[in-house]
Amino acid sequence: MFEAIAFYLFAFLTIAMFYITVMSKHALYAMTALAAGMIFISAFFFMLGADFLGAVQIIVYSGAVMALYAFGMMFFDSTRELKEKTTPSLLVFGLGGMAALMTVIIVAAPIVSNNMTAAYPIVEGVGNTQAVGMVLFTKYLIPFEVAAVMLLVAMISGIVLAGKKMDVSLTLVEDDDLPQTDKENKKAES
Amino acid sequence: MEIGLNHYLVLSTILFAIGLLGVMRRRNLLMLFFATEILLNSVNIAFAAISHFYGDLSGQMFAFFVIAIAASEVAVGLGLLVVWFKRSGSIDLETLKSMRG
Repeated sequence: MFEAIAFYLFAFLTIAMFYITVMSKHALYAMTALAAGMIFISAFFFMLGADFLGAVQIIVYSGAVMALYAFGMMFFDSTRELKEKTTPSLLVFGLGGMAALMTVIIVAAPIVSNNMTAAYPIVEGVGNTQAVGMVLFTKYLIPFEVAAVMLLVAMISGIVLAGKKMDVSLTLVEDDDLPQTDKENKKAES
Repeated sequence: MEIGLNHYLVLSTILFAIGLLGVMRRRNLLMLFFATEILLNSVNIAFAAISHFYGDLSGQMFAFFVIAIAASEVAVGLGLLVVWFKRSGSIDLETLKSMRG
């Protein structure tokens, strides 16, 4: 009973927040609604017994990713109202048809695969975090290491791409003639 | 009323459709990134639900890797977006149409 109430409450909240994210005309409202939706999604993970995944969802998405977006929005003119595009109807038709097909497949998939057995069954008697660690560091060790290398590459590329010429404001000034004009002003004054 | 696997799958599909709607109607590249995050999160719900109802931990593992990929995607994508905004002064999709033949 409580599970049903919690499920429908958080489902409504998540759908409402993501709808605001998609439909809002202001970038700041969209970002705030997205952060709220991420936290509401972690409630589903806690309901499903995936405690560690819920904690990771809150820390990584609501903490790191949304903070990154908030810092990134300082570079862009996010106060101006967003204009929407008019998509060609053929593209809308194709993507909508694919979404409908995917809905049918997703809902029909558990009916087809009734005789599925668990490859890595959940270990009894230990907490979720311990069970996740036992599977992650034995069966999924190589994908884990590859993901670590991928995160390192992403971090270096982010620093290299965004950190170039950070001491000069390139958004407000044409080229980089701000130091030169300062020198000229000093010369003119002296 | 019992909450089963189909409830979670239908919720995941609704959220995926909302994200797809955002990808189709947004013109700002930052808003397109937000829609991509919604898509990844809806898939994560489906993974966790299947992992719970079939008693298998592989679904949670794949959800972890999806989160890692999303984090690195945000880092690289925002870096590219900052560079593009410094160069063109706008992050609308129309400014990327420079290769018209």
